[in-house]
Amino acid sequence: MRLTHTMRMETTDEILVNRAQTGDADAFAALVERHYGLIFRVAFAMLGNRTDAEDVAQDVAASLAGKLAGFRAEAKFSTWLYRVATNAATDRLRKRQSRRKAYDGWGDAEISSRAAQQEQSDNLGWLQTAMAALPHDLRQTVTLVLGEEMTHAEAAAALSLSEGTVSWRMSEVKKRLRALAKEEERIR
Amino acid sequence: MTDDLKRLKAALQSAMPPIDETAKSRAVALAKKNFGARQETLAAARLTDDRPKERGGYLSGVKHMLNKIGLKPALYATSSLAIIGFGILLVNPVGFSLPTPERHTLSKPASVQKKSLTLPAAAPVMEPEVIVEDNAGDVTMAYDMAEAPSGLIAGAIAPPSIEQATRESLYAPNREQFSNAPTNPLKITADEPVSTFSIDVDTASYAYVRSAIMGGGLPRADAVRIEEMINYFPYDYAAPQGDLPFSTTVSVFQTPWNANTKLVHIGIQGRPAATLDRPPLDLVFLIDTSGSMQDAGKLPLLKQSFRLLLSRLNADDKVSIVTYAGSSGVVLEPTNANDKQTILAALDKLEAGGSTAGQQGLQLAYAQAGKMHESGRIGRILLATDGDFNVGISDPEALKKYVENKREGGTYLSVLGFGRGNYNDALMQSLAQNGNGTASYIDTLSEAQKVLVDQASGALFPIANDVKIQVEFNPAMVAEYRLIGYETRQLAREDFNNDKVDAGDIGAGHTVTAIYEITPVGSPAIRNAALRYQPDTQPADASGELGFLKLRYKTPGQTKSQLLTTPFTDTNAATDEARFSAAIAGFGQLLRDKKYLGDWSYAEAIALANSAKGADPFGYRAEAVTLMRLAQSLSK
Repeated sequence: MRLTHTMRMETTDEILVNRAQTGDADAFAALVERHYGLIFRVAFAMLGNRTDAEDVAQDVAASLAGKLAGFRAEAKFSTWLYRVATNAATDRLRKRQSRRKAYDGWGDAEISSRAAQQEQSDNLGWLQTAMAALPHDLRQTVTLVLGEEMTHAEAAAALSLSEGTVSWRMSEVKKRLRALAKEEERIR
Repeated sequence: MTDDLKRLKAALQSAMPPIDETAKSRAVALAKKNFGARQETLAAARLTDDRPKERGGYLSGVKHMLNKIGLKPALYATSSLAIIGFGILLVNPVGFSLPTPERHTLSKPASVQKKSLTLPAAAPVMEPEVIVEDNAGDVTMAYDMAEAPSGLIAGAIAPPSIEQATRESLYAPNREQFSNAPTNPLKITADEPVSTFSIDVDTASYAYVRSAIMGGGLPRADAVRIEEMINYFPYDYAAPQGDLPFSTTVSVFQTPWNANTKLVHIGIQGRPAATLDRPPLDLVFLIDTSGSMQDAGKLPLLKQSFRLLLSRLNADDKVSIVTYAGSSGVVLEPTNANDKQTILAALDKLEAGGSTAGQQGLQLAYAQAGKMHESGRIGRILLATDGDFNVGISDPEALKKYVENKREGGTYLSVLGFGRGNYNDALMQSLAQNGNGTASYIDTLSEAQKVLVDQASGALFPIANDVKIQVEFNPAMVAEYRLIGYETRQLAREDFNNDKVDAGDIGAGHTVTAIYEITPVGSPAIRNAALRYQPDTQPADASGELGFLKLRYKTPGQTKSQLLTTPFTDTNAATDEARFSAAIAGFGQLLRDKKYLGDWSYAEAIALANSAKGADPFGYRAEAVTLMRLAQSLSK
C-alpha cells in the first residue's frame, strides 16, 4: 500500500507534460514509457491483432513529440492520449481497408491460434465474432468503456462525443450482442 | 451491466496479449529520438524567435487562414516571413543532419562511390630528343604538370577538405550520396570528332550548392553538376519558329578563362505553354512522412510548397495524395483542384513518423495514377522526400527498372528533394531521369516558388521527349574540345539514332544550355602535341564551319524521333544570356575542378556575372553573385 502511495505521489502526467513541452527529454521519455501500455491496449482492442497493435503503438510514440506541442491542458493528458490512440488505430483500419477490402480487424488467424493454445476457444471465438460484428464507432466505444473501464463521461471526453451518444452506443452494442446470441441459439 | 456486456468485457480483457518489452523499448527509443530532433529544430528556430514555432502560433494561424481563403497577395506577404525563418535555419552549419542510427542499410560513404582515377588530359609525355615543337607546346606541358595534381584532387579522388571532414564528423552520420562522374576530358577532334549527350533540365545541384554555401561550407566537388547549375537559370533565347517545339541558338565567343580558346554555346528555348490552353493534369503527390521529415526544412516546407502549387492548378486538374513511411497509404483520393479545402485539410493532417518504405509508396502512387488515367490528360507523380528508400527495396537498380517500366504507361515522375543529412541525390536523380521527370531540390520557400509556381508549366508539361544532342566538330577548324558538365548524361555515339535509348525531356518554356570549350587549330592553347608515328593528315575543308549540330527529339506520346540539324560557324559575339551562363560554368568549375581555368578565379567570375546580369526579373542572378562572393571568402 505504502509503495503504491509513493508511486502515486511521484509525478503527475500533467507535470511531466509541462516539462516535456519545455524541452525536458527525460520527462518526455517517462511519459511515453508510462503510457505505452495504454496505446497498445487500445490499438489491440480495436484491431484484434498484436503485430498491428505494436505498429500503431510505435507510430503513435514516434509522432508524439510533434503532437504534444498541440496538446493544451484543456483535457486530462490520458484522455487526450486515448483520443490520439483511437484515431491512430482507426486510421490503420482505414488504410488496411483501402488496400484489402475484406480487412476489418479481428479477422486474422492469430486470434484463433492463440485460442487453440489457451483452450479458451469458445470465449475467444465468440469475442472475435462479436468484435468483428461491431462497426468502428461501436468498437471504439467498447474499447474504452469495457476494455479500459472508463465511465461514459470519460469515454465521451476521449472521443469528443456527448455522454448521451456514448450511452446510446453502448445500448446499441448490447442490442447487437443479444442479436448475436439469438443467432447462436438458432444455429444450435 | 448486462451479462452480454460483462462477457464481452471479460473476453476482451483476457484476450489482451502481454506487452512485448522489446517492442515497447523500440517505440520509446524512437519517440525519444524524434523528441530530440524536434528540440534541435525548435532551438534553432528560437535564434530569431522565442515563440514556440509549431502549429497554433498566432502568425501561422493567420497565415493558415489567409492561405485557405486564397488571398494570393496576402500569401506572398506572409510567406516572406516564413523565408526569414528558413533563412536563419540555414545559417546553422550543415543544417540538421539528424542521427538516424537504425537506418544504415543502403548507405555507403559517398566518396567511395563510383570513383575512378582519370588521367590528366595531357599526361606528361617523354620529351623527344629532337626539338621540333614550338614554344607553345612546352608552355602547355609545364602548365599541365603543375595543374594536374590539383585537378585530380578536385575532380577524381576528392578527399573531403579539412573543413568538410570536420563538419561531417561533428554531425555524423551524414549519409548524403551524390551522383557524378569524372570531369569530361579534353578530346582530340581528329581522333573523336563526335560528342553525344542527353539534355538535362534538372536544377537540384544548384540548390544544393547554394544550401551548402549558405550553411558556411563549400559543397563537395561531387555534389557539383555544372550543367544543372547553368540550367537553374532561365535564359531568354530566341523564341521557336513555326511549329517547332523549341529553338536552337548557337553562338561562339572567346572563353573568359582562356584567351586562346573559344566557347561554343548552345541555347535551347522551349515553346512557352499558354497556361490557359493546356491539357488537364492528374497529379499524385507522393509524400515521404518518415520520422526524419519532421524538420522545419522538410515536411512543413513541403506542405507550404504544395500549397503554392495548388494556386497554379486549374479547376479540371485532379490531385491525389499518397504517403509513405513505415507503410504507405492513400491519404486523399483523386480530388478536383478547385476543392482546395479538402486538399489543404489532407495536407495539414500529414505527420512525420516511422521508417521509409519508399518502394511500396511508389507502387501505390503509380496505381493511383493508373486509376486516374484518362486520355487527353497528363499524369504525373511528384515524389517529395528527404532521402533514400530504406525499407522494402535492397536494389536501387530494380527500383529504376520499375520506374522505367511505368514510364511506358505515360505517367511522368518528378522528384522534389528536401532537407539535408541523408539526401540521396544519386537515387533521386536517376529516378527522375528514368521516370522522364525533373529532380529539384527545395531548401527555401522561395525555391518552392521558383520550381512550383514561376516555372510550374515547365515542370509539369513536357513539349519534347528524349532530346539528344550530337555535335560533330570539324577537325580542319577545331583541334580539341571538351563538353562542360553533362558528365552523367553522356551517350554512346550510336545511341543518338536509337529511339529506344532514353534521354532528357524539355518542358514548356524550359531553356537548356550546353557549352563546349574548343581549341581552334593553330591555337597556342592546344594541349595535345602531335604524335611522332601518326600521319599528320590535316583534312582540308573550306566550309569554315566549326561543327555540325544535330538534335533529336520526340513529340510527347510518339515513339519515333525527329531530327533537326544546323552547321555553325564562329559568330564571335555573345549575348548577356550566353555570357552569364559562361560565368556560371566558370563558377561550377571553380567549385568542382579548376583544371582548365588557369589563374581565372572567383573575382573574374563575379565580374563577368555582374556584367551579364541583364534584367534578372526574379533576382536569381543577383543571388548567384552573392553565392560566388561567399564561396570566394570560404575558399580562402
